[in-house]
Amino acid sequence: MGWFKRIQEGITTKSTEKKEIPEGAWYQCPSCKTVVTSQQHVERMSVCNYCGHHDRIGSEGYFKILFDEGKFREIAPKITSSDPLEFEDTKTYTDRLEAAKKKTGLSDALRTASGELNGMPVVISCMDFQFIGGSMGSVVGEKIARGIDHALKKGCPFICISKSGGARMMEAGLSLMQMAKTSARLSLLSKAGLPYISVLTDPTTGGVTASFAMLGDMNIAEPNALIGFAGPRVVKETIGKELPEGFQRSEFLLEHGFLDAIVERKDLKEKLAFSLRAMGDFPKVQ
Amino acid sequence: MNYLEFEEPIRQLREQLAQAKELQEQSDVDMETLAQDLESKIREVTESIYSNLTPWQRVQVSRHPDRPYTLNYIDALTDGNFMELHGDRTVKDDKAMVGGFGFMDDQCVMFIGQQKGINTKMRQYRNFGMANPEGYRKALRLMRLAEKFNRPIVTLIDTPGAYPGLEAEERGQGEAIARNLIEMCQLRVPVICIVIGEGASGGALGIGIGDRVLMLENTWYSVISPESCSSILWRNWEHKKEAAEALKLTGTDMQSLGLVDGIIPEPLGGAHAQPDAMYKQLKKEIKKHLNKLVPMDSDKRIDQRIRKFSAMGVVNS
Ligand SMILES: [Zn+2]
Repeated sequence: MGWFKRIQEGITTKSTEKKEIPEGAWYQCPSCKTVVTSQQHVERMSVCNYCGHHDRIGSEGYFKILFDEGKFREIAPKITSSDPLEFEDTKTYTDRLEAAKKKTGLSDALRTASGELNGMPVVISCMDFQFIGGSMGSVVGEKIARGIDHALKKGCPFICISKSGGARMMEAGLSLMQMAKTSARLSLLSKAGLPYISVLTDPTTGGVTASFAMLGDMNIAEPNALIGFAGPRVVKETIGKELPEGFQRSEFLLEHGFLDAIVERKDLKEKLAFSLRAMGDFPKVQ
Repeated sequence: MNYLEFEEPIRQLREQLAQAKELQEQSDVDMETLAQDLESKIREVTESIYSNLTPWQRVQVSRHPDRPYTLNYIDALTDGNFMELHGDRTVKDDKAMVGGFGFMDDQCVMFIGQQKGINTKMRQYRNFGMANPEGYRKALRLMRLAEKFNRPIVTLIDTPGAYPGLEAEERGQGEAIARNLIEMCQLRVPVICIVIGEGASGGALGIGIGDRVLMLENTWYSVISPESCSSILWRNWEHKKEAAEALKLTGTDMQSLGLVDGIIPEPLGGAHAQPDAMYKQLKKEIKKHLNKLVPMDSDKRIDQRIRKFSAMGVVNS
C-alpha cells in the first residue's frame, strides 16, 4: 500500500535531478550515476550498460520489446475507471483519475494486447506504474480477465507483467475483489492446460503479489526488483529493526523459493519464448 | 462487561439496574416495577443506538473485546463435537489460524478461521489474529482434506490483516494468499465464508472465496482498515471516521456493490450482548445455505462461484 509515498518521493527526486541534467537529452543512472543520452538509454531497453540497473518502463516499452516487430492489437483499450464509491479523501477519486490520465496519456494502470512472440500467438497484460502507482482497481482486473478470456478462446499462452503498489484504495472492496476475480479466471486457464507466465518487475507489492503475480506456471523477475506482500516500510515498522540488505529483492525471492528465474530485460523475450515452447505447441487446437 | 464509548447510556442503565436489584436483596423495598422499567429502557436505548450505527461505530463493534471469536462459534455450532487439526506439514502450526472437522447436528463440516485472543497473553499467542503464510497453507491443507472426503467447508473470517513480518515475507505471504485464492475457486465441495468480525484485506480474502460470502451485521470487510487508509490518504490517523465512511465497508454497502451475498442479522446490542442468540442464528443460516449447496452438481457449483467473482468490479466501457 506504499505507492502513495513512493510517488511523492519519485517526484521529489526527479525535480532535484532535473537541475543537474537538461531534461530530454540525457539520462543519469540513479544507481551508478553514469550519464548517457536518452536515445542510448532507450536503445538499451532502459537498462544501464555499466551497472545493469533496470529503469522502470511501462506497457509501451514492454510491448515493443516482446511482440514481434512491435506489432500488437490492444484488447478492451477503451474501458476506464468509474467512481462507484464516490470516493473522496483530500481529493476526489475522479480528480485523481483525470490527473493521472493527463500526466500519463494512459487510460488506466494496465493494458492488454494480443500479438505474436517469436511467431507464437500470445496475450500479454502489462501494468503501468505511472498511473496511480500501478494500483489495481476494477479496470486492471477486468482487462486481465479479458486477456485470459482471449487466450482461452485462441488456445494461446497468457503473460502478465506486474508493476504495482497493490490495491487501489479509492475502489476499496471492489479493488480487493479483483484479487479474487483474476485468480478465478486464471484457474480456468490452468484447467484448460494453457501456460501462464508471470513477469514481476520493480516494484510488485500488496494485492498484486498476493494474487496473479505469484500464480504463474513460471514466475520470472527482472533483476533487483522489489517484490513483496507488505511494503518494506510496513515490515520495518512491524519488526522495529533495520531490514537486511537485499530484503524483498528478486534475488532474495529466488533464494527463498518463490521465483523460477531472474532474467535481464535484454534476454526476456528469448527466455519467454523458450519457456512457452517448453510448455507446448500453441495455439492449442481445442 | 466492556462498553464502547457510544454504549455509555446502556452502561449507566445496566448499573442502575444492578443497584436496584442489590437494594431489593438487602432491604425489603419492592423494586420490581423499577427493575422492569429499567429493563425495557435498556432494550429501547440499545435498539436506538444499534439501529443507527455509523460505519466507524460498526468497526468498533466488530472489534468489541466481548465479541465471540472463531473457536467460540465452532464450539457452539458443533456443541463441542469438534477436533482441532494442527500444522501446515511444512513449517509449523500457526496459532492465528485454526481449523478442524466438527459435527453440526449430524453434518460433518470442515471449519477454518482466524483466531484472536481474549487477553494480553492470548492475544500475543494468537498473533492478534494475523496469520503467517503457514496459517494460509494450513487452511489450504484442511480444505484439501475436506475435499477428499467430500465435506463442506465453512470459513470464519476475523482478522486485522495478514501478518506483515520479516519471516512472513521470507516464507511467501503473497504466494500463500494467492495460492488459496486460485485453489478455493476450484474446490469441489461447497464453501461458505462468513465475516464474523474484521475482514481486512488480502488476509481476510485468503480464506474468503466461497459459494456464499456472508457478513454478520456488525462487521466490516475492505481492502484496508480505516486507520491505515487515513494514515496513507490523509497522512495521519485522525480521519479514521471519514475513511470508514469512504471505504463503504459495511455489510449493506458490500452487498449493494455485489461483493458479498448476504448479511446475517445480529441479536439486539450485537453478537457480544447475546452470544447464544447469535450462535443459534448463525447455525440456522449455515444450514439453510448448505441445504441448497450440498445437493448441487460440483461442476455447476464451481462454475457459479467463478462467474460470481468474475462479475465483480465497476468500469465504464
Ligand atoms: Zn548504472
